Amino acid sequence: MKAGKMILFFVAGGLFGTGLAISGMTDSARVIGFLDLFGAFDPALLFVMAGAVGVYGLGILILRRVKNRDLKLPSPTPSPVDRQLIVGSAIFGVGLGGFCPGPALANLGALRIEALLFVPAMAIGMFLAQRFFGATR
Amino acid sequence: MNHYTLWHALIGGILIGLASLLATVLSGKIPGISGVFGRLLVAATPDKTWRAVFLFGLIGGAALSFALWQSAALFRPRRPLIVMAIAALLVGFGTRLGGGCTSGHGVCGVGMGGKDSIAATLIFMVTAMMIVFIYNRVVL
Repeated sequence: MKAGKMILFFVAGGLFGTGLAISGMTDSARVIGFLDLFGAFDPALLFVMAGAVGVYGLGILILRRVKNRDLKLPSPTPSPVDRQLIVGSAIFGVGLGGFCPGPALANLGALRIEALLFVPAMAIGMFLAQRFFGATR
Repeated sequence: MNHYTLWHALIGGILIGLASLLATVLSGKIPGISGVFGRLLVAATPDKTWRAVFLFGLIGGAALSFALWQSAALFRPRRPLIVMAIAALLVGFGTRLGGGCTSGHGVCGVGMGGKDSIAATLIFMVTAMMIVFIYNRVVL
């Protein structure tokens, strides 16, 4: 693959990490604050999702109208809502009070002990799901 | 920029959306963080380079933001390390089994209007809310 494309991938990652940090989603208290509906509720995560989903959804909508043979977009056909998706998402939900995968990686940028512990343990969980439970979606 | 407001949340979200869009156009795939990272751990994955480059960019962008803005650098741990370790195993296992995390399902999938991603996002959000409710009242 071309070097120019790799630079753009690095830029995309950089924007993603910047967005996570600016939005405050790298701060555990803010994410847990959103999940704690009956406690000290913090609505920030909803605003992050609104901004991200809105821009991405609108962008895909526009790109799908672009007629360019070089432009490859992911399939618009959703996967079935099967047992793997339901059970997997519920298990993810149980752990979500820790970190989401993005913020866990972002916090490596501050060398926080929580992230240095979380990322390798998360990798073990991923490896097990992929190796022994056929998680290839 | 040093005093956090909901504008930071919205602008940060817009950046995440733009970044996801750019990575989608470049890769032709849904660039969810759990999928991008998880597939690096499979020997047979053919396109490891962009995945690693994208994730290094993410870590670099976050590191730069932490250095530039106090509001971005704010970090308040809420769980002991042993709980974080257990949560990490569940997050890794669950996101790969369920086919996505907050970015792949929550941002990209929901943004495309995929029923599977909408279902997954509702399931992990509601489960997380129940667990936080129980944890904050029973454990703390």
